[in-house]
Amino acid sequence: MADKLKLAYFLSGGCGGCDMAIVDLSETLVDVLPNLEVVFWAPTVADVKYKDLEAMPDKSIDVGLYSGMVRLGEQEHIAKVMRAKCKVLVAWGICAALGGIPGMGNMHTKEEIYKTAYFDTYSTDNPDGITPQTRCVVDGKYELTLPEFYEYVRPLNQVVDVDYYIGGCPPHHSFVGEAILAVLQGKLPPPGSWITGGKAVCDVCKRNPATQGEGREPITAVKRTIDGAPAEGKCLLQEGYLCLGPITQGDCGALCPKVNIPCRGCGGPMPGVKDFGLRAIAAIAASMENEELVDQIPSPVKLFYRYSLPASMLGRKVK
Amino acid sequence: MKKIEINPMTRLEGHGKIAIFLDDRGNVDNVFFQTVELRGYERFLQGMPIEEVPRTVSTICGVCRCVHFTCSCKAADAVYGVEPTPTAKKIRELVLNAHYVEDHCAILYALGFPDFVVGPTANAAARNLIGLVQAVGAETGKLVLKKRYAAVKVIEMLAGKPIHPVAILPGGWSKQVTEEERKEILELSKDMIELGQLTLKVFEDVVLKNKDYMDLVTGDVYKVVCNYMGTVDDKNRVQYYDGTQRVVDTKGNEIGRFTGKGYLDYIAERVLPWSYLKMPYIKPIGWKGMVDGDGTSLYCVGPLARLNAADGMDTPLAQEAYEKMYATFGTKPVHNILAYHWARAIELLNAAEKVQQLASDESITSPDVRADLGTPSEGVGIIEACRGTLIHHYKTDDQGIVQEANLIVATTHNNGPINVAVKRAAQHFIKNGQVDEGILNLVEIAYRPYDICLACATHALPGRLPVQVDIYDSKGELYKTLRNF
Amino acid sequence: MSDWKPNIVVFACNWCTYQGADLAGSLRYDYPSTINIIRVPCSGRVEPEFIVAALKNGADGVFVGGCHPGDCHYKEGNYKAIRRFILLKRVLTSMGIEPERVRLEWISGSEGKRFAEVMAEFDRTIKEIGPNPVGRDGNGR
Ligand code: SF4
Ligand code: SF4
Ligand code: SF4
Ligand code: FES
Repeated sequence: MADKLKLAYFLSGGCGGCDMAIVDLSETLVDVLPNLEVVFWAPTVADVKYKDLEAMPDKSIDVGLYSGMVRLGEQEHIAKVMRAKCKVLVAWGICAALGGIPGMGNMHTKEEIYKTAYFDTYSTDNPDGITPQTRCVVDGKYELTLPEFYEYVRPLNQVVDVDYYIGGCPPHHSFVGEAILAVLQGKLPPPGSWITGGKAVCDVCKRNPATQGEGREPITAVKRTIDGAPAEGKCLLQEGYLCLGPITQGDCGALCPKVNIPCRGCGGPMPGVKDFGLRAIAAIAASMENEELVDQIPSPVKLFYRYSLPASMLGRKVK
Repeated sequence: MKKIEINPMTRLEGHGKIAIFLDDRGNVDNVFFQTVELRGYERFLQGMPIEEVPRTVSTICGVCRCVHFTCSCKAADAVYGVEPTPTAKKIRELVLNAHYVEDHCAILYALGFPDFVVGPTANAAARNLIGLVQAVGAETGKLVLKKRYAAVKVIEMLAGKPIHPVAILPGGWSKQVTEEERKEILELSKDMIELGQLTLKVFEDVVLKNKDYMDLVTGDVYKVVCNYMGTVDDKNRVQYYDGTQRVVDTKGNEIGRFTGKGYLDYIAERVLPWSYLKMPYIKPIGWKGMVDGDGTSLYCVGPLARLNAADGMDTPLAQEAYEKMYATFGTKPVHNILAYHWARAIELLNAAEKVQQLASDESITSPDVRADLGTPSEGVGIIEACRGTLIHHYKTDDQGIVQEANLIVATTHNNGPINVAVKRAAQHFIKNGQVDEGILNLVEIAYRPYDICLACATHALPGRLPVQVDIYDSKGELYKTLRNF
Repeated sequence: MSDWKPNIVVFACNWCTYQGADLAGSLRYDYPSTINIIRVPCSGRVEPEFIVAALKNGADGVFVGGCHPGDCHYKEGNYKAIRRFILLKRVLTSMGIEPERVRLEWISGSEGKRFAEVMAEFDRTIKEIGPNPVGRDGNGR
């Protein structure tokens, strides 16, 4: 490759896991580095300031990776700057793509979250019943400010146009390698799509009954992972452990089922699915033998929308 | 005093914020380190089945990839009133130690060493992973990353996912370790031990042999005198996965011990109107405010705190390094915060040795990885995260659905000491209203040793906590704003 | 608020409830004008997405009508429908939508009178609980 690919990375309201997935490329990372010119990597890796990014010409960066959901105004601002400066903008990881686990915060109001954090928790010592204030004066002379705590979490595409989505919490580092290679070689799908192998977790799962010459039967029990060990090599869903493998992109290589743990959908929805949770509801409920079983599923919202609540049709708790 | 610059306060809101107030003569009157974000995990965990919590809370931080996961499951054990089976306990401990290796390595090479390689007061243009790879050369960079990757591989092998692992269960572990896996891990542990030795050597070469750096490391500017807390075994040696919390005072005298729910007798968290992060203190001492020194109620956690709170390490190579460190300072506890990096390197080696010990134990492949569970109610889990003591506390209904959750993360414990450290550095470097960009770096150095993990409290990776410094004159007018992002 | 009229969407199975509605019409059993019927080939074809889309686009109540157990033309469609419906209803309830806003009933082609009665009752229920909090700007806000 003659020219280096100009890359920008921004960690927004995420956990840093999506960054670490890149670090975990390890030796491969050192190998690809010569092909990349990292023009911006905030706030973690490179010492380039926001104002430097703002000063770059529009569309001067080849690829921008944006990880984490959007909750603060600053995050929204950088999203817009990244959009302007980058030819291609990727929602990197499930937080940016759909809101991720922090998106479950959308089930609660700011008041509820405050009440838990600053009053109800066991070790909290709050004799005067105070909460953090956007403006306050300490000891009568020090005036301090805090940003507003925003009400809701949004995925990146509710703020700016997104060219590509990549699932995973975080994307597995081997898939990160594949994705970076695809970008370097310009082998990208049509804009607006997910970068994915296109297979479901079930398709790559060794437990899949189809690969064992068996069909799927109605599910006759609802089990939690604490309810005994699953049968060796058998489909978890079939046994009643509510595995979301059928509706989830399998770019991880079915990591969770490999260790006897059901998939929770971090890979993101199969192409064409608008609302992951609703599709999961449809698939899981339809595979149950009877209605009573459906009622036994604990905390359905936090199961089916574990990674995607902010991107769902309703987006958050209504009231 | 003239206002030089006023930065509009819009959108400058993420991450950390330091407010410095100057007096009439332009010297530092007071300093506040503010954390400006809150995500509400304690709230939205409510209503989830307890066994789903470990993989969920893991996303509090992707750098601390195994710690919230392990800690919440220890709490889940307690909720069900069970001990994990001996095999499950070994597997958990192995995974946690592998995590220590890769995490301490990432922190030291991405954050600790560049400070010294580039020079603590130099502007840190290359103080990052990419810069370091360039500085040490691709081959060395590759070597370190390869050896570090050995640890990542172990995590994936046993825990399912290398980041945000999934294989833990209340009372156990979801999969057995095969004999092939055990052998492979044993092989990989050699790489990890070499990494530990190499890392200590780099520290000695770069820091210990440089008089200027040693002056800085042992001097008074970067020094915070407070109490320390860490987990120890029955011989008072440093532990990560399980043991007793030991608290020592500023002189190193033991002032308390607790396990499980006992944390409520020792720790209280003060709500502050000016930060989203609460400020914990030692309850029996009582809230003494944001000051250090003998008698303070503030305490520290993390690598140096653990070493200070213990009497030694439980592996031979690490013990040797431990003795060397305290001999160098000639005192214990060590209050010099730059020694955090040294302690981190010692722990890296310790964790690598422990991975080897655990993988040498053939019984780790035995099939008893699940314990029978009792009726769920309430429980506390405590572990040592790389950055310090981590506490998860849950109450569930009789179906194991979470009703209440309380989490105290490492960075929160250190909130007080960080404030003190930053204030001390600011007082030292800002004189007579003289403020320039270089100040920012010197102040940064004051909090960097704590490795304000960042994601746990504010979501950023080791390397740069994005922080804004606002300096106010004696009339409370904004005088200058500095930012590193 | 006094002039507020609910907007009710009814997904009616072509083989039963839809014909029930027809029958109600031809027998002149009155049912409320707030009802908008959408014909579907089977209650099993009503995806959870349809119901939520209706709520999001301004419906104050959503009704699904299918064939009595055992009568579904596609054998299993109505069983599938009720399982999905129960699960969806639980989810919607946790998300702050009143459970009474969504309803599923089996109404056959010969139950014209019952169709009219059930519709009148559903209309009353929705009037009692008031407008859908999701709002009518189609934005969920
Ligand atoms: S997708 Fe997962 S790993 Fe990535 S930032 Fe979000 S929580 Fe972290
Ligand atoms: S449902 Fe889960 S366990 Fe079953 S085949 Fe799919 S991914 Fe594998
Ligand atoms: S199996 Fe599912 S939850 Fe697990 S890593 Fe893959 S996509 Fe994510
Ligand atoms: S045909 Fe009427 S419900 Fe299936």
